[in-house]
Amino acid sequence: MATMKVNQISRDDLDWQIQYNTDRCTFCGKCVAACPFRAIEAGVEKRRKVISDHFTPEPKVQFKTVPVIKQCVGEYNFCRGCGICERVCPNEAIKPVRNEDSRFGVKYRATLADPYKRGGRANLATEKRTLDKIKVGRISQMTDPSLDASRHTFDMLAPFGRILPADEMPFDVVDGKLVMNSATPKVNWIYPIIVGDMSIGALSWRMWEAMAIAVAYLNEQVGLPVRMCSGEGGVPVRLLKSRYLKYVILQIASGHFGWNRIINAMPHMQELPGGILIKIGQGAKPGDGGLLQAKKVASHISEIRGVPKADLLSPPNHQGLYSIEESVQKMFLSLNSAFKFQVPVAIKVAASATSVSVYNNLLRDPYNIVGGFFVDGLAGGTGAANEISLDHTGHPIVSKLRDCYNAAVHQGKQGQIPLWAAGGLGANWNLAADAFKMMALGANGVFTGKLMLQIAGCVGNDHGKCNACNTGLCPVGICTQNPTLVKRLDIDKTAEQIVNYFIATDNELKKMLAPIGNSSLPVGRSDCLISVDRAVADRLNIQYSC
Amino acid sequence: MCRIGAIKSKNYIHPSKALHLMRSQQKGHDNSGFAMVMQDLGGRFANYKELPILSMACTDEGVKIAEDILHEAGFSRVMQWSPEINEQAGLKIEPMPNYVFQVLHYPKSYKYAPAHEKEELLVDIRLQIREALEQTNDGYVYSFWPDVLTLKEIGDPTDIGTYFNLWQPDEDFTAKIITAQCRQNTNYDIVRYAAHPFFLEGYTALANGENTFYEKNKNFQKNLYKGYIGFESDSQCFLYTLHYIHKILKWPLQYYKHTITPLAYDDAEKREDHAILQNIRAVLGNLELNGPNTIIAVLPDGTMFNTCDAKKLRPVVIGHTADTAVISSEVTGLNEILPERDWTQDIYTNEREMVVINNNLEVERWQQ
Ligand code: SF4
Ligand code: SF4
Repeated sequence: MATMKVNQISRDDLDWQIQYNTDRCTFCGKCVAACPFRAIEAGVEKRRKVISDHFTPEPKVQFKTVPVIKQCVGEYNFCRGCGICERVCPNEAIKPVRNEDSRFGVKYRATLADPYKRGGRANLATEKRTLDKIKVGRISQMTDPSLDASRHTFDMLAPFGRILPADEMPFDVVDGKLVMNSATPKVNWIYPIIVGDMSIGALSWRMWEAMAIAVAYLNEQVGLPVRMCSGEGGVPVRLLKSRYLKYVILQIASGHFGWNRIINAMPHMQELPGGILIKIGQGAKPGDGGLLQAKKVASHISEIRGVPKADLLSPPNHQGLYSIEESVQKMFLSLNSAFKFQVPVAIKVAASATSVSVYNNLLRDPYNIVGGFFVDGLAGGTGAANEISLDHTGHPIVSKLRDCYNAAVHQGKQGQIPLWAAGGLGANWNLAADAFKMMALGANGVFTGKLMLQIAGCVGNDHGKCNACNTGLCPVGICTQNPTLVKRLDIDKTAEQIVNYFIATDNELKKMLAPIGNSSLPVGRSDCLISVDRAVADRLNIQYSC
Repeated sequence: MCRIGAIKSKNYIHPSKALHLMRSQQKGHDNSGFAMVMQDLGGRFANYKELPILSMACTDEGVKIAEDILHEAGFSRVMQWSPEINEQAGLKIEPMPNYVFQVLHYPKSYKYAPAHEKEELLVDIRLQIREALEQTNDGYVYSFWPDVLTLKEIGDPTDIGTYFNLWQPDEDFTAKIITAQCRQNTNYDIVRYAAHPFFLEGYTALANGENTFYEKNKNFQKNLYKGYIGFESDSQCFLYTLHYIHKILKWPLQYYKHTITPLAYDDAEKREDHAILQNIRAVLGNLELNGPNTIIAVLPDGTMFNTCDAKKLRPVVIGHTADTAVISSEVTGLNEILPERDWTQDIYTNEREMVVINNNLEVERWQQ
C-alpha cells in the first residue's frame, strides 16, 4: 500500500477549495495576480490521454504536460474564499467552493499552536436573527390613520448628550414665559444612525476617507445630519482643522492613539467635534483589547497615531479606572472640560450580562455628564480580535438594549442618557428595519460599522468567507495599508454608495414610521412590535403573534 | 367614537344642560355610559367651597371602608348628599348600591397647614381609599377635592340621566363648570375608572381620540408622581401631563402645548425661544402626543381650554355667548344648548393653537 502523510495539511482539510476548469482557462494570469493571499499559483500537471487518429480504432496513450492554476495548500497561503479570483477571471474558470468537511480549525492549531484566523466577524452564526423574528405589527388605520410616507414631514433626530430630568432644568418663569437661568449640558441632535467607530489603521485611509466624504456629503448636500465616529486611531490633521470636524465624533480608547495630534490641533480647530466617545469595550471581542498588527502599521499610520511601527496594543481596560464612579469623574470630567463642556461625551461598552448595572450607575451619576450609552453586541466586526473572542464571547444586543431601556424606565429616567445600540445591525442588508425595531425597543439611535465596509465592497461574511481583516491583505483595499491593494478601493464610488445607502435607509425609515403614524422617531414604541417567536416575545415583553 | 363636551358659565347650571349637549350628538357615540365632573359648585354645596368633597360609588361595605379611613385620618363629616334614585323598569344602567357625595372637615392637625400639605393629604387619602376598595371590589372613588363632584356610570346616558333624576333641572345641584362624556371605554375593559373626564388635584381632562403614545407616556408618567396611577384609559395620560407641567413643574400653561405637540425641529430653530423649546422637547419627549386627539381641560382656577394633536386632529368646536362658553365634539351640541349664540364666532381649534376660556368668559386663541 502507498504511503501518505497523515499529519500534513491537505487540500481536503481546507475551508475553501478552488474549483478550476482547465477547458475555460486562457492562462491570462489575472487570478494569480489578484489573490492577495497567494493561495493559487500557476503550475503544470501531467495528463494521460488515449487517442486514435486512424479510421479504425487504434488507441494510443499520450502523456502531456498542461499548464494549470493550482491551489496552494499550507498554513500560510490557504484560500480564504474571498472570491476575488472568480471576480477577475474573464471566463468563469475559477472559483472557491466551501468545503463542508473542513478540518482546518483543528489542523492549524495543531500545527502552529495558534488560532488560524483573527479579525473579521464571528463565524458561528447558526440561528435566525432575533430582529428578523420581530415585525411591525401595529398598523394605524381606521380611527388613527397612517401617515403619507412621501408627503408627511418627519422629524428624525436623536440626542447625543446628557438630557436632564425636567424638574432639574434651569428654567425661571419671567412674564409668563420660561427663560433659562443657566446652561444645560450640551446636546447635539443628530441622525439616528452613526457611522462608527472604525479607526484609520484598522481601515485603509482610503476607506476612512470615503466614509468621511460620504458623511460630509450627507450633511451638506442631502440634509441628513449623520455623524461618523473616528475610531481609536487618530484623525488626519487636515480634517481636525477643517469645518467638517463637526461631523466627526472623536474616539478615545485605552491606547489613546492619535490624541497627541488631536490635542495639538485644538487651538487651530474652526469647529468643535460632534462629540467624544470613550470606548471601554467592543461587542465583537468583549474584554479583549485592541490590536493593530505591525504589518498594518504603514508610515502614515505611525504618523497619525504618533507611534512607531510595531504591534499596537490597546489594553483591555483603561489604566487607572477602577470603578464606574471613577470613570465618570475622571474621564468624563477631563474630556468635558477639555472642550469647555461644549462637546457631549458618551461611553461605549460591549454588551454584557452586567451592562444594566453599569447603565444604572451612570443614570444615577450626580454630575449629569454622561452624554450617551453605546452598547455593542456580539455580532459586530473587528480588525484583529482572537478567533475565540469573536466566536465565543459576547452578548447579543437585542435583549441587552431592551434590558437597559427597561432599567431606565424602572428608574423613571428613560431618555436621560441616550441609548445607542449596535452589533450586526443591517446584516440582512436592511439597516432601516433593524434600526426601527431597535428604537421601538428603546434605543435612541444605532451605530453601524461592518455594513459600511460591505457597501464598500467587503466580500466577507459570517460564514467564514474571507475574514482576513487582520492580515493586511484585504483583497478589496478596505482594511489594508498595502499600496497596491488599497488602490482597489475607489474612494469616490464608495462615498457615493454610502450616501445612496443612507438615502434609501432614510426613505425606508419613513416607510416604517408612516404606518404606525409616528412623525418622530419611534423610541420606546414597543407596542407597535410583535414577535412570531414566543420566547423572543416573552423576553422582550412584546406581543406574541402567530 | 367618542363625543365630549364642556360647559363653562358665569351662572350656575344644572347637569341637564350637559345631558342635552351630549344627547344631541348621540349618533356619534355608542351610548355606553355617562360621566361628568362638576366644578365651582352652587346649590347645596355652595357654602362649602373650601372643604373637600368625596365622590364615590360603592357597596355598603365600601362606604364603611372609606369612612373608617377618613375617620382614622381625622376627617369629620360636615354634610352628605346622595342623588335621588329613580328606579324604573327597563333602564339600561348598571348601578352601584350607593352614590356618596360627602363634604368633610380637614383633620384638626391641618388647621394651619399650608395648602400643598392639605392637597397631598387629599391625594393620599383618596389613593388609600381606592386601594382598599379595589382589594375587596367594593367600589370606586373618583375625586376627593374641594368644590368638585364626579359621577360616572355604565349604561345608556339617557337612562342614566333618568335614574339619577338629572333631566329635571334642580337649583340645588349646580356648578359653573361641567365636563361630560357619553361613552365607556370601549378599547379596553369596561371599568368605571376608564371613563372620562379624569380628575386630579383640581385638574380635569377629557379627550376624544386615541393615544398612540400611550405606552411611552405611561412608562414615563408612572414614576413622576404618586397620583399617576390606573391608566385604565390611554387618555388619562393627557391629564397627568397637564398636571405635571402646570402643577409640579409650575410651567405656564402654553408649555403644555409645546410639550405634547412640539414644533418640528426646523420650525423651532427659527424662534427666539428655541433653546427653551429644544430643551422641553429633549427632556419631555416621552410626553409627546401622537394623535389623533382633541383634549378639553380645566385648571384649578377654573380656566378651561381645548387643544388638539398636531397632525390628525379630532372634531371639536367652541361656541360662546357673553355668559356661557361650550366646547363640543359636534356643532349639534352647541346648537342644542346655545342656539342664541353668534355662530360666526364659533372656533374650530387648529393643530397649533390652544383655545383658552378664562373666568371672565373671554375666549382667547393662543398660537403655539
Ligand atoms: S478565493 Fe480569494 S483567497 Fe481563494 S484563491 Fe481566490 S482570490 Fe485567492
Ligand atoms: S474583504 Fe477585506 S474587510 Fe472584508 S472580510 Fe475580507 S479582509 Fe476583511
